[in-house]
Amino acid sequence: MTPPAAALAATDLAVSRGGLPVLERLTFTLHPGRALILRGPNGSGKTTLLRTIAGLQPPLAGSITAPPETIAYASHADGLKATLTVAENLAFWAQIFGTGDIDAAVDGMNLRGLLDRQAQNLSAGQKRRLGLARLLVTGRPFWLLDEPTISLDVASVALFAQVVRGHLAAGGAALIATHIDLGLPEAEVLDLAPHRARAPADGGLMGAFDEAFL
Amino acid sequence: MIALFLRDLRLAIRAGGGFGLGLGFFLIVAVLVPLGVGPEGRTLSLIAPGILWVAALLACLLSLDRIFALDHEDGSLDLLATAPIPLEGVVTMKALAHWVTTGLPLTLASPVLALLLNLPGSGYPWLVLSLALGTPALSVIGTFGAALTVGLKRGGLLLSLLVLPLYVPTLIFGAELVKRGAAGQAVATPLLLLAGITAGAAALLPFASAAALRVNLR
Repeated sequence: MTPPAAALAATDLAVSRGGLPVLERLTFTLHPGRALILRGPNGSGKTTLLRTIAGLQPPLAGSITAPPETIAYASHADGLKATLTVAENLAFWAQIFGTGDIDAAVDGMNLRGLLDRQAQNLSAGQKRRLGLARLLVTGRPFWLLDEPTISLDVASVALFAQVVRGHLAAGGAALIATHIDLGLPEAEVLDLAPHRARAPADGGLMGAFDEAFL
Repeated sequence: MIALFLRDLRLAIRAGGGFGLGLGFFLIVAVLVPLGVGPEGRTLSLIAPGILWVAALLACLLSLDRIFALDHEDGSLDLLATAPIPLEGVVTMKALAHWVTTGLPLTLASPVLALLLNLPGSGYPWLVLSLALGTPALSVIGTFGAALTVGLKRGGLLLSLLVLPLYVPTLIFGAELVKRGAAGQAVATPLLLLAGITAGAAALLPFASAAALRVNLR
Protein backbone atom coordinates (compact mmCIF):
# COMPACT_ATOMS: atom_id res chain seq x y z
CA MET A 1 0.00 0.00 0.00
CA THR A 2 1.25 3.47 -0.79
CA PRO A 3 1.04 5.79 2.20
CA PRO A 4 -1.27 8.73 1.63
CA ALA A 5 0.49 11.96 0.92
CA ALA A 6 -1.88 13.98 3.04
CA ALA A 7 -3.92 13.52 6.16
CA LEU A 8 -7.65 13.31 6.67
CA ALA A 9 -8.75 16.58 8.21
CA ALA A 10 -12.06 17.93 9.44
CA THR A 11 -12.39 21.67 10.00
CA ASP A 12 -15.17 23.17 12.10
CA LEU A 13 -17.38 20.29 11.04
CA ALA A 14 -21.08 20.04 11.88
CA VAL A 15 -23.18 17.03 10.98
CA SER A 16 -26.90 16.42 11.06
CA ARG A 17 -29.12 13.37 11.15
CA GLY A 18 -32.69 13.51 9.89
CA GLY A 19 -32.41 17.29 9.55
CA LEU A 20 -31.35 17.81 13.19
CA PRO A 21 -27.80 18.90 14.01
CA VAL A 22 -26.09 16.37 16.26
CA LEU A 23 -22.43 17.45 16.35
CA GLU A 24 -20.74 20.77 15.72
CA ARG A 25 -17.39 22.58 16.03
CA LEU A 26 -15.43 19.40 15.34
CA THR A 27 -11.86 19.94 14.23
CA PHE A 28 -9.38 17.11 14.04
CA THR A 29 -6.66 15.75 11.83
CA LEU A 30 -5.90 12.09 11.27
CA HIS A 31 -2.32 11.59 10.17
CA PRO A 32 -1.02 8.46 8.43
CA GLY A 33 0.10 5.87 10.94
CA ARG A 34 -2.26 7.12 13.65
CA ALA A 35 -5.53 5.89 15.07
CA LEU A 36 -8.26 8.07 16.51
CA ILE A 37 -10.94 6.59 18.73
CA LEU A 38 -14.35 8.26 18.87
CA ARG A 39 -16.05 8.05 22.22
CA GLY A 40 -19.54 9.17 23.11
CA PRO A 41 -22.80 7.80 24.48
CA ASN A 42 -25.43 6.21 22.24
CA GLY A 43 -27.00 8.76 19.95
CA SER A 44 -24.07 11.17 20.22
CA GLY A 45 -23.54 11.08 16.44
CA LYS A 46 -20.63 8.70 15.97
CA THR A 47 -22.25 6.85 13.06
CA THR A 48 -23.47 10.10 11.50
CA LEU A 49 -19.97 11.55 11.71
CA LEU A 50 -18.45 8.47 10.07
CA ARG A 51 -21.08 8.44 7.29
CA THR A 52 -20.44 12.12 6.64
CA ILE A 53 -16.68 11.58 6.40
CA ALA A 54 -17.26 8.59 4.12
CA GLY A 55 -19.14 10.95 1.78
CA LEU A 56 -22.53 9.27 2.14
CA GLN A 57 -24.11 12.50 3.34
CA PRO A 58 -23.09 16.14 3.08
CA PRO A 59 -21.87 18.01 6.19
CA LEU A 60 -24.14 20.64 7.67
CA ALA A 61 -21.21 23.05 7.97
CA GLY A 62 -17.45 22.99 7.83
CA SER A 63 -15.30 20.92 5.54
CA ILE A 64 -13.60 17.55 5.25
CA THR A 65 -10.40 17.22 3.28
CA ALA A 66 -8.95 13.89 2.31
CA PRO A 67 -7.06 12.61 -0.72
CA PRO A 68 -9.62 11.21 -3.21
CA GLU A 69 -10.52 7.51 -3.16
CA THR A 70 -8.70 6.79 0.08
CA ILE A 71 -11.51 6.05 2.51
CA ALA A 72 -12.85 2.60 3.35
CA TYR A 73 -16.00 2.58 5.45
CA ALA A 74 -17.22 -0.30 7.60
CA SER A 75 -20.72 0.19 8.96
CA HIS A 76 -22.75 -1.86 11.43
CA ALA A 77 -23.87 -4.01 8.51
CA ASP A 78 -21.17 -6.12 6.92
CA GLY A 79 -22.49 -6.04 3.35
CA LEU A 80 -22.29 -9.81 2.99
CA LYS A 81 -24.36 -11.88 0.61
CA ALA A 82 -25.83 -14.88 2.42
CA THR A 83 -25.72 -17.25 -0.54
CA LEU A 84 -22.14 -16.48 -1.56
CA THR A 85 -19.20 -18.21 0.08
CA VAL A 86 -16.62 -16.40 2.19
CA ALA A 87 -14.13 -16.51 -0.69
CA GLU A 88 -16.71 -15.19 -3.20
CA ASN A 89 -17.76 -12.36 -0.91
CA LEU A 90 -14.18 -11.24 -0.40
CA ALA A 91 -13.19 -11.70 -4.03
CA PHE A 92 -16.13 -9.55 -5.11
CA TRP A 93 -15.03 -6.59 -2.97
CA ALA A 94 -11.41 -7.11 -4.01
CA GLN A 95 -12.48 -6.83 -7.67
CA ILE A 96 -14.66 -3.80 -7.01
CA PHE A 97 -11.73 -2.02 -5.37
CA GLY A 98 -9.36 -3.27 -8.04
CA THR A 99 -6.95 -5.07 -5.70
CA GLY A 100 -7.83 -8.66 -6.56
CA ASP A 101 -5.78 -10.33 -3.83
CA ILE A 102 -7.66 -11.77 -0.85
CA ASP A 103 -4.94 -13.96 0.74
CA ALA A 104 -3.60 -11.34 3.14
CA ALA A 105 -7.12 -10.51 4.33
CA VAL A 106 -8.02 -14.18 4.78
CA ASP A 107 -4.95 -14.82 6.91
CA GLY A 108 -5.25 -11.51 8.75
CA MET A 109 -8.72 -12.23 10.07
CA ASN A 110 -8.20 -15.99 10.44
CA LEU A 111 -10.75 -17.06 7.81
CA ARG A 112 -8.68 -19.72 6.06
CA GLY A 113 -10.79 -22.61 7.35
CA LEU A 114 -14.08 -20.95 6.37
CA LEU A 115 -13.36 -20.06 2.75
CA ASP A 116 -15.88 -22.44 1.17
CA ARG A 117 -18.62 -21.86 3.70
CA GLN A 118 -21.66 -19.80 2.65
CA ALA A 119 -21.99 -16.55 4.57
CA GLN A 120 -25.44 -17.56 5.84
CA ASN A 121 -23.86 -20.46 7.73
CA LEU A 122 -21.37 -18.30 9.61
CA SER A 123 -21.79 -17.28 13.24
CA ALA A 124 -22.26 -13.59 14.05
CA GLY A 125 -18.62 -13.25 15.10
CA GLN A 126 -17.38 -15.01 11.96
CA LYS A 127 -19.51 -12.70 9.81
CA ARG A 128 -18.01 -9.72 11.59
CA ARG A 129 -14.50 -11.03 10.93
CA LEU A 130 -15.38 -11.41 7.25
CA GLY A 131 -16.79 -7.87 7.23
CA LEU A 132 -13.52 -6.56 8.70
CA ALA A 133 -11.46 -8.62 6.26
CA ARG A 134 -13.25 -6.63 3.54
CA LEU A 135 -11.35 -3.54 4.75
CA LEU A 136 -8.06 -5.25 4.06
CA VAL A 137 -8.98 -6.05 0.45
CA THR A 138 -9.97 -2.44 -0.28
CA GLY A 139 -6.30 -1.41 -0.11
CA ARG A 140 -7.37 2.04 1.10
CA PRO A 141 -5.39 3.91 3.77
CA PHE A 142 -8.15 5.56 5.83
CA TRP A 143 -10.41 3.13 7.65
CA LEU A 144 -13.65 4.39 9.17
CA LEU A 145 -14.85 1.74 11.60
CA ASP A 146 -18.25 1.82 13.24
CA GLU A 147 -18.35 -0.42 16.31
CA PRO A 148 -15.98 -2.92 14.71
CA THR A 149 -15.85 -5.32 17.66
CA ILE A 150 -19.57 -6.09 17.97
CA SER A 151 -20.06 -9.85 18.48
CA LEU A 152 -16.31 -10.55 18.41
CA ASP A 153 -14.83 -12.72 21.17
CA VAL A 154 -11.73 -11.72 23.15
CA ALA A 155 -9.35 -13.58 20.85
CA SER A 156 -10.88 -11.98 17.75
CA VAL A 157 -10.70 -8.50 19.30
CA ALA A 158 -6.98 -9.09 19.89
CA LEU A 159 -6.65 -10.33 16.31
CA PHE A 160 -8.46 -7.24 15.07
CA ALA A 161 -6.22 -4.94 17.14
CA GLN A 162 -3.23 -6.66 15.58
CA VAL A 163 -4.65 -6.10 12.08
CA VAL A 164 -5.27 -2.42 12.83
CA ARG A 165 -1.73 -2.06 14.22
CA GLY A 166 -0.34 -3.67 11.05
CA HIS A 167 -2.40 -1.28 8.98
CA LEU A 168 -1.07 1.73 10.93
CA ALA A 169 2.50 0.48 10.62
CA ALA A 170 2.05 0.26 6.85
CA GLY A 171 1.14 3.95 6.73
CA GLY A 172 -2.62 3.63 7.06
CA ALA A 173 -4.86 5.37 9.55
CA ALA A 174 -8.07 4.45 11.34
CA LEU A 175 -11.00 6.36 12.81
CA ILE A 176 -12.77 4.01 15.19
CA ALA A 177 -16.08 4.49 16.98
CA THR A 178 -16.16 2.06 19.87
CA HIS A 179 -17.27 1.59 23.46
CA ILE A 180 -14.75 -1.03 24.54
CA ASP A 181 -11.02 -1.00 25.07
CA LEU A 182 -9.46 -2.25 21.84
CA GLY A 183 -5.99 -2.74 23.26
CA LEU A 184 -4.58 0.10 21.18
CA PRO A 185 -2.95 2.26 23.88
CA GLU A 186 -1.18 4.40 21.28
CA ALA A 187 -4.48 5.59 19.79
CA GLU A 188 -5.71 9.10 20.56
CA VAL A 189 -9.20 9.50 21.92
CA LEU A 190 -11.71 12.08 20.70
CA ASP A 191 -14.57 12.57 23.13
CA LEU A 192 -17.67 13.75 21.28
CA ALA A 193 -19.61 14.93 24.34
CA PRO A 194 -18.29 18.56 24.27
CA HIS A 195 -19.16 18.78 20.58
CA ARG A 196 -22.81 18.01 20.99
CA ALA A 197 -24.91 20.40 18.88
CA ARG A 198 -26.40 23.30 20.84
CA ALA A 199 -29.95 24.53 20.44
CA PRO A 200 -30.25 27.36 17.87
CA ALA A 201 -31.25 29.71 20.72
CA ASP A 202 -27.87 29.06 22.37
CA GLY A 203 -25.95 29.89 19.23
CA GLY A 204 -26.14 26.47 17.56
CA LEU A 205 -26.74 25.88 13.88
CA MET A 206 -30.17 25.69 12.36
CA GLY A 207 -30.90 22.22 11.05
CA ALA A 208 -32.04 21.60 7.50
CA PHE A 209 -35.67 21.42 8.55
CA ASP A 210 -36.90 22.56 5.18
CA GLU A 211 -35.24 19.60 3.51
CA ALA A 212 -38.31 17.50 4.14
CA PHE A 213 -40.51 19.93 2.25
CA LEU A 214 -38.41 20.36 -0.85
CA MET B 1 -18.29 -3.18 -12.81
CA ILE B 2 -18.24 -6.56 -14.53
CA ALA B 3 -17.68 -8.06 -11.07
CA LEU B 4 -20.90 -6.45 -9.85
CA PHE B 5 -22.82 -7.76 -12.85
CA LEU B 6 -21.47 -11.28 -12.37
CA ARG B 7 -22.21 -11.18 -8.65
CA ASP B 8 -25.84 -10.18 -9.30
CA LEU B 9 -26.25 -12.99 -11.84
CA ARG B 10 -24.73 -15.47 -9.40
CA LEU B 11 -27.00 -14.26 -6.60
CA ALA B 12 -30.04 -14.54 -8.89
CA ILE B 13 -29.45 -18.19 -9.74
CA ARG B 14 -28.54 -19.27 -6.20
CA ALA B 15 -31.30 -20.44 -3.87
CA GLY B 16 -33.85 -17.71 -3.16
CA GLY B 17 -32.43 -15.44 -5.83
CA GLY B 18 -35.71 -15.04 -7.69
CA PHE B 19 -34.44 -15.98 -11.13
CA GLY B 20 -37.57 -17.95 -12.08
CA LEU B 21 -40.02 -15.49 -10.55
CA GLY B 22 -40.77 -13.38 -13.63
CA LEU B 23 -40.59 -16.30 -16.02
CA GLY B 24 -42.94 -18.36 -13.87
CA PHE B 25 -45.44 -15.52 -13.72
CA PHE B 26 -45.28 -15.04 -17.50
CA LEU B 27 -45.88 -18.76 -18.00
CA ILE B 28 -48.83 -18.84 -15.62
CA VAL B 29 -50.60 -15.90 -17.28
CA ALA B 30 -50.07 -17.27 -20.78
CA VAL B 31 -51.40 -20.67 -19.74
CA LEU B 32 -54.37 -19.39 -17.74
CA VAL B 33 -55.67 -16.81 -20.22
CA PRO B 34 -56.71 -19.40 -22.89
CA LEU B 35 -58.42 -21.40 -20.16
CA GLY B 36 -60.33 -18.34 -18.99
CA VAL B 37 -61.17 -16.86 -22.38
CA GLY B 38 -62.12 -20.14 -24.00
CA PRO B 39 -60.85 -22.06 -27.01
CA GLU B 40 -62.11 -19.57 -29.61
CA GLY B 41 -59.06 -19.25 -31.88
CA ARG B 42 -60.04 -15.94 -33.43
CA THR B 43 -60.56 -14.23 -30.07
CA LEU B 44 -57.27 -15.56 -28.76
CA SER B 45 -55.21 -14.46 -31.73
CA LEU B 46 -56.86 -11.05 -31.48
CA ILE B 47 -55.83 -10.53 -27.85
CA ALA B 48 -52.53 -12.45 -27.96
CA PRO B 49 -50.18 -9.45 -28.53
CA GLY B 50 -51.76 -7.44 -25.74
CA ILE B 51 -51.87 -10.34 -23.26
CA LEU B 52 -48.26 -11.33 -23.92
CA TRP B 53 -47.03 -7.77 -23.48
CA VAL B 54 -49.08 -7.11 -20.33
CA ALA B 55 -47.84 -10.39 -18.86
CA ALA B 56 -44.22 -9.55 -19.68
CA LEU B 57 -44.61 -6.09 -18.14
CA LEU B 58 -46.13 -7.41 -14.90
CA ALA B 59 -43.50 -10.14 -14.73
CA CYS B 60 -40.79 -7.45 -14.87
CA LEU B 61 -42.59 -5.43 -12.21
CA LEU B 62 -42.63 -8.40 -9.86
CA SER B 63 -38.89 -8.50 -9.30
CA LEU B 64 -38.16 -4.75 -9.30
CA ASP B 65 -38.10 -4.18 -5.56
CA ARG B 66 -35.30 -6.72 -5.21
CA ILE B 67 -32.91 -4.62 -7.29
CA PHE B 68 -31.73 -2.36 -4.46
CA ALA B 69 -33.72 -3.45 -1.41
CA LEU B 70 -31.57 -6.49 -0.65
CA ASP B 71 -28.32 -4.56 -1.07
CA HIS B 72 -29.69 -1.80 1.13
CA GLU B 73 -30.70 -4.21 3.91
CA ASP B 74 -27.33 -5.90 4.22
CA GLY B 75 -25.32 -2.69 3.88
CA SER B 76 -23.73 -3.47 0.50
CA LEU B 77 -25.30 -0.39 -1.06
CA ASP B 78 -23.48 1.95 1.36
CA LEU B 79 -20.25 0.15 0.60
CA LEU B 80 -20.85 0.27 -3.17
CA ALA B 81 -21.52 4.01 -2.88
CA THR B 82 -18.09 4.50 -1.31
CA ALA B 83 -16.38 2.14 -3.78
CA PRO B 84 -14.33 3.45 -6.72
CA ILE B 85 -17.14 2.65 -9.21
CA PRO B 86 -19.39 5.61 -10.07
CA LEU B 87 -22.93 5.14 -8.82
CA GLU B 88 -24.16 5.58 -12.40
CA GLY B 89 -22.15 2.47 -13.29
CA VAL B 90 -23.63 0.59 -10.35
CA VAL B 91 -27.22 1.30 -11.42
CA THR B 92 -26.45 0.46 -15.06
CA MET B 93 -25.00 -2.89 -14.06
CA LYS B 94 -27.97 -3.54 -11.76
CA ALA B 95 -30.40 -2.79 -14.60
CA LEU B 96 -28.42 -5.00 -16.98
CA ALA B 97 -28.41 -7.88 -14.49
CA HIS B 98 -32.16 -7.42 -13.98
CA TRP B 99 -32.73 -7.59 -17.72
CA VAL B 100 -30.60 -10.72 -18.16
CA THR B 101 -32.45 -12.50 -15.34
CA THR B 102 -35.95 -11.27 -16.27
CA GLY B 103 -36.37 -9.66 -19.70
CA LEU B 104 -34.11 -12.01 -21.65
CA PRO B 105 -35.75 -15.27 -20.43
CA LEU B 106 -39.18 -13.74 -21.16
CA THR B 107 -38.09 -12.87 -24.70
CA LEU B 108 -36.73 -16.34 -25.31
CA ALA B 109 -39.79 -18.11 -23.88
CA SER B 110 -42.33 -15.90 -25.62
CA PRO B 111 -42.64 -17.88 -28.92
CA VAL B 112 -43.65 -21.03 -27.03
CA LEU B 113 -46.27 -19.17 -25.05
CA ALA B 114 -47.50 -17.33 -28.13
CA LEU B 115 -48.41 -20.76 -29.49
CA LEU B 116 -50.82 -21.25 -26.58
CA LEU B 117 -52.45 -17.93 -27.43
CA ASN B 118 -52.76 -18.75 -31.13
CA LEU B 119 -50.71 -15.79 -32.34
CA PRO B 120 -50.73 -15.73 -36.18
CA GLY B 121 -47.52 -17.16 -37.65
CA SER B 122 -46.32 -13.88 -39.14
CA GLY B 123 -46.33 -12.29 -35.68
CA TYR B 124 -43.62 -14.48 -34.09
CA PRO B 125 -40.51 -12.63 -35.27
CA TRP B 126 -42.11 -9.32 -34.33
CA LEU B 127 -43.05 -10.61 -30.90
CA VAL B 128 -39.48 -11.66 -30.15
CA LEU B 129 -38.10 -8.45 -31.63
CA SER B 130 -40.52 -6.22 -29.72
CA LEU B 131 -39.73 -7.93 -26.40
CA ALA B 132 -35.98 -7.84 -27.10
CA LEU B 133 -36.25 -4.11 -27.84
CA GLY B 134 -38.77 -3.22 -25.16
CA THR B 135 -37.81 -5.20 -22.05
CA PRO B 136 -34.49 -3.35 -21.54
CA ALA B 137 -36.54 -0.16 -21.15
CA LEU B 138 -38.68 -1.93 -18.54
CA SER B 139 -35.55 -2.87 -16.56
CA VAL B 140 -33.99 0.59 -16.79
CA ILE B 141 -37.21 2.41 -15.84
CA GLY B 142 -37.80 -0.11 -13.07
CA THR B 143 -34.29 0.46 -11.69
CA PHE B 144 -35.11 4.16 -11.50
CA GLY B 145 -38.28 3.38 -9.55
CA ALA B 146 -36.37 1.03 -7.26
CA ALA B 147 -33.76 3.74 -6.62
CA LEU B 148 -36.51 6.20 -5.69
CA THR B 149 -38.07 3.85 -3.15
CA VAL B 150 -34.93 2.18 -1.79
CA GLY B 151 -35.12 3.37 1.81
CA LEU B 152 -38.78 2.50 2.29
CA LYS B 153 -39.91 -0.59 4.09
CA ARG B 154 -42.48 -2.46 1.95
CA GLY B 155 -42.09 0.09 -0.81
CA GLY B 156 -43.46 -2.33 -3.40
CA LEU B 157 -46.85 -0.67 -3.83
CA LEU B 158 -45.36 2.81 -4.21
CA LEU B 159 -42.81 1.41 -6.63
CA SER B 160 -45.54 -0.12 -8.81
CA LEU B 161 -47.55 3.12 -8.79
CA LEU B 162 -44.48 5.16 -9.74
CA VAL B 163 -43.29 2.85 -12.46
CA LEU B 164 -46.52 1.75 -14.17
CA PRO B 165 -47.27 5.11 -15.87
CA LEU B 166 -43.71 5.14 -17.19
CA TYR B 167 -44.22 1.65 -18.60
CA VAL B 168 -47.31 2.61 -20.61
CA PRO B 169 -45.55 3.92 -23.78
CA THR B 170 -43.41 0.79 -23.99
CA LEU B 171 -46.52 -1.37 -23.58
CA ILE B 172 -48.49 0.52 -26.22
CA PHE B 173 -45.79 0.50 -28.89
CA GLY B 174 -44.63 -3.04 -28.07
CA ALA B 175 -48.10 -4.53 -28.38
CA GLU B 176 -48.85 -2.38 -31.44
CA LEU B 177 -45.70 -3.66 -33.13
CA VAL B 178 -46.74 -7.28 -32.61
CA LYS B 179 -50.32 -6.58 -33.68
CA ARG B 180 -49.26 -4.92 -36.92
CA GLY B 181 -46.61 -7.53 -37.60
CA ALA B 182 -49.16 -10.33 -37.15
CA ALA B 183 -51.61 -8.58 -39.46
CA GLY B 184 -48.96 -7.96 -42.09
CA GLN B 185 -49.13 -4.16 -41.84
CA ALA B 186 -46.31 -1.62 -41.85
CA VAL B 187 -44.38 -1.81 -38.59
CA ALA B 188 -41.87 1.01 -38.94
CA THR B 189 -43.61 3.56 -36.69
CA PRO B 190 -44.10 1.45 -33.52
CA LEU B 191 -40.72 -0.23 -34.08
CA LEU B 192 -38.84 3.06 -34.19
CA LEU B 193 -40.77 4.55 -31.28
CA LEU B 194 -40.16 1.44 -29.14
CA ALA B 195 -36.47 1.48 -29.94
CA GLY B 196 -36.37 5.22 -29.28
CA ILE B 197 -37.92 4.83 -25.82
CA THR B 198 -35.42 2.14 -24.90
CA ALA B 199 -32.44 4.10 -26.18
CA GLY B 200 -33.57 7.28 -24.43
CA ALA B 201 -34.29 5.51 -21.14
CA ALA B 202 -30.97 3.67 -21.18
CA ALA B 203 -29.07 6.86 -21.92
CA LEU B 204 -30.71 9.20 -19.41
CA LEU B 205 -32.24 7.25 -16.55
CA PRO B 206 -29.02 5.87 -14.99
CA PHE B 207 -28.10 9.44 -14.06
CA ALA B 208 -31.51 10.01 -12.50
CA SER B 209 -31.31 6.67 -10.67
CA ALA B 210 -27.86 7.49 -9.27
CA ALA B 211 -29.06 10.90 -8.12
CA ALA B 212 -32.07 9.32 -6.40
CA LEU B 213 -29.83 6.77 -4.69
CA ARG B 214 -27.50 9.49 -3.39
CA VAL B 215 -30.44 11.28 -1.81
CA ASN B 216 -31.85 8.10 -0.32
CA LEU B 217 -28.54 6.98 1.20
CA ARG B 218 -28.13 10.11 3.31
